[in-house]
Amino acid sequence: MSTTKTDAAEVMSSAPADDTGTGEGPGGPQLGPVGWLRWLWRQLTSMRVALVLLFLLSLAAVPGSLVPQEGSDPVKVQDFVDRHETLGPLYEKIGMFHVYSSTWFSAVYILLFVSLIGCIVPRTWQFVGVLRARPPAAPRRLERMPAHARWSTDAPADEVLAAARRILGRRRFRTGASDGSVAAEKGYLREAGNLVFHIALIVMLVGFAAGQLYMSEGTKLVVEGDGFANNLTQYDDFKDGNLFDRDDLGGFGFTLDEFTGTYERSGPQRGSARDFRADITYWEAGGEEKKAVVSSNHPLEVAGYKAYLTGHGYAPVVTVRDGQGDVAYRGPAPFLPMDGNVTSQGVVKVTDYVGKDGERDQLGFSGIFVPTFEGASATRGMVSAFPALDNPVLFLTAYRGDLGVDSGIAQNVYQLDNERMEQFTDADGTPLAQMMKPGDTMELPDGAGSLTFERIDEWATFQVTSKPGTDLALAGAIAAIAGLSGSLFIQRRRVWVRATPDGHGRTVVETAALGRSESARVAEELGDIAALLHNEAPAVPEQQPEQRPDTDPDTDKERA
Amino acid sequence: MNIAAAANENMAQLSNYLVYSALAVYTLAFLAHIAEWAFGSRSRIAKQSAALTAQEQEAKASAAAPAVTVRAAGGTATLERPKVVTRNRGRDVADGLGAAGEDEKGELLGRIAISLTTLAFLIHLAGVVTRGLSVERAPWANMYEFSTTFSMVAVGVYLGLLAAGKKVRWIGLFLITTVLLDLGLALTVLYTESDQLVPALQSPWLIVHVACAIICGASFYVGAVSSLAYLVRDSYESRLEAGRTMRLSTVWRRLPSAATLDKLAYRVNAIVFPLWTFTIIAGAIWAEAAWGRYWGWDPKETWSFITWVVYAAYLHARATAGWKGRKAAYLALIAFACWIFNYYGVNMFVTGSLHSYAGVE
Repeated sequence: MSTTKTDAAEVMSSAPADDTGTGEGPGGPQLGPVGWLRWLWRQLTSMRVALVLLFLLSLAAVPGSLVPQEGSDPVKVQDFVDRHETLGPLYEKIGMFHVYSSTWFSAVYILLFVSLIGCIVPRTWQFVGVLRARPPAAPRRLERMPAHARWSTDAPADEVLAAARRILGRRRFRTGASDGSVAAEKGYLREAGNLVFHIALIVMLVGFAAGQLYMSEGTKLVVEGDGFANNLTQYDDFKDGNLFDRDDLGGFGFTLDEFTGTYERSGPQRGSARDFRADITYWEAGGEEKKAVVSSNHPLEVAGYKAYLTGHGYAPVVTVRDGQGDVAYRGPAPFLPMDGNVTSQGVVKVTDYVGKDGERDQLGFSGIFVPTFEGASATRGMVSAFPALDNPVLFLTAYRGDLGVDSGIAQNVYQLDNERMEQFTDADGTPLAQMMKPGDTMELPDGAGSLTFERIDEWATFQVTSKPGTDLALAGAIAAIAGLSGSLFIQRRRVWVRATPDGHGRTVVETAALGRSESARVAEELGDIAALLHNEAPAVPEQQPEQRPDTDPDTDKERA
Repeated sequence: MNIAAAANENMAQLSNYLVYSALAVYTLAFLAHIAEWAFGSRSRIAKQSAALTAQEQEAKASAAAPAVTVRAAGGTATLERPKVVTRNRGRDVADGLGAAGEDEKGELLGRIAISLTTLAFLIHLAGVVTRGLSVERAPWANMYEFSTTFSMVAVGVYLGLLAAGKKVRWIGLFLITTVLLDLGLALTVLYTESDQLVPALQSPWLIVHVACAIICGASFYVGAVSSLAYLVRDSYESRLEAGRTMRLSTVWRRLPSAATLDKLAYRVNAIVFPLWTFTIIAGAIWAEAAWGRYWGWDPKETWSFITWVVYAAYLHARATAGWKGRKAAYLALIAFACWIFNYYGVNMFVTGSLHSYAGVE
């Protein structure tokens, strides 16, 4: 009967169902290999194992939030490895630094999804079957149902049943009739929602996977006036998914016209950033140039890529003259910020330098730039007091010798390798160092040349990303919410009406309701339905119970 | 410009005064609730054991009564509406009488507590609104603002349920205690001067994502208190069945029945779960716009995912034989603990989260 037999539909349902086993396989030693596989499969797709897997998944996700992760902060990972001699290598071995792509984490969610699919497929077929069949016929003893009502009427049985079908149909129940009774069911969208939700989870997973495999992500630092074209050589830093084809890069480029940063001028959060915007001119392959603004929360979307504004800083523009008085270098040198007030560190590398006596050499300058100078701190040296250009100062020292840029070893463009360089010194032997305001010039000793601090440009870093599958994941997410709402808010319930002639010219009307999910207010609903039916088949005083052959003594006690 | 700034600072100051005042009135409500519980137990201590059995009898009788009442229309046999007989599975125990029990003084004090709570809520609401006005944005952009708004919404939901005639007054003492803790923590540890937003937070998603998170938190809180009360009341009822007594039974006796509490916890959690799902997805959409990826296993994201999975496990557990009842209730409590850790713990103990705008050093 419908109350005791559990269909697979109940197994995955998020609402409580009747107590029943979840289809444990037949134990015992006589299982063959196929039997064992079957048993394993049944275990895996059982609700209990799904529950354990869900719990494992949440547990497995925890360490990734406590141990630094390579994906988000490789520097911290290195720091952790350096500080923990025993724990570091152990963590590395078990994938603790990339939890969410580790074998054990993947194993849990793959098992979970296999279990999910193993659940959805049979349930979908079953649901199709339920939709094609009529509601199950009335159980023999309706008074055993959670809600039940009964009365006698003068109306003939077939009229009562016709009225019941009409009333239930008007209330959007699916009805079916068998001899002497009407069966009705409502709330099929609950199961539909449930299936949609679980399928949507799979769609989301496919979207995530596509995003991982086909993604590309690179960063590029652009100084005001400079440009960027979308190809591999232009990126400062680039990573991509296994299936991404680097030849597919391209399709657009842009020029940074102006970067503007606005900062809090007063109050306790003085110096906090309030607004960042980058005015750019971009072009698409074969298209016209267009103006656009990129700011926090508002990336540029072009040619299937998104360009995000991720950082900013200052680039002092300098002119370096060599020993001959010729311009050896002119241009902006991006300095990298070290704190919230944009105290920045940077270098100027001059590779084509000719000395006073005509010898070829190289120059290097390194130092600090502060946008707002309010005096040097005794402990921290040159420190900026505010992130905007209120009182910009450039503090440099100079070297000559081999920059090492031709050595073939990859070099950090923002750091000076002064191993094979010699620092310029004053007449009294102290290292040459000078603090400059825009327009100031630093003269190198003995007519070796000069550096002029012309002005300051701003730079911005852009993260250029393409991630296919995002729309799919979003569609999955929306479907998941819709399905979830259906499966939690819609109640599935059954109502039966039976009309039996009592052999004395009257008809006994029996109705009962069964909620198939927890929150169903079956009693209220049955009350309403019974009241409507009662209008069409009013009650008359009933015959003595003894006169009804199939009366259950239990029923009378309850009705007393 | 300066005048506007001064007005804003006055507004922020006013907001602080209002929140402090609300805290004071909540304290009075707290004391009234304590007195309500105390008086409620006083009157019946002497006849406790007799009352327990009587209550059980009463419970059986009321459970057997029909859910739809029958009204006879004049005649003896003509029913205006057929009588619906209901059958319950499991234990049939009536709900307790509430904190005040049958004590009239207790009842009066309970009503006073509700009045005070309503007054405190209005002051609290004004405090949140003025905070929002002082910064001209949604007042939930740092942990201080989130906490004050959070407890305000929780009290608002509670008062709304009371106004709708739901029997949730028993929650009052738990709720006010939590609100006092939350506001105290907000005003001392989490306090941040009112100010504008950093660029990453300037998005309409701030309103949607965080408002949803607040509503979810407040509702999950109600679910968790119900689950906790369910666990205690359930042991009380099973001991009663076995003919034993339990410590503080005079308190547990006044709680709603285990079945009622269990149902309340399930309904609240089930209703809020889709909203929590939406909160996470809204966060992902915002992250995609602000940080260039929709999911990056940031600690906040990770813990909201963990919370989601544990609540999903809870909803599934209730459908699974052997996991219903107490085990499911434990899962609900673990899930809420995850939510709380995600809110306080991640901001305070886990470094390197992109959600570190909290204004807490």
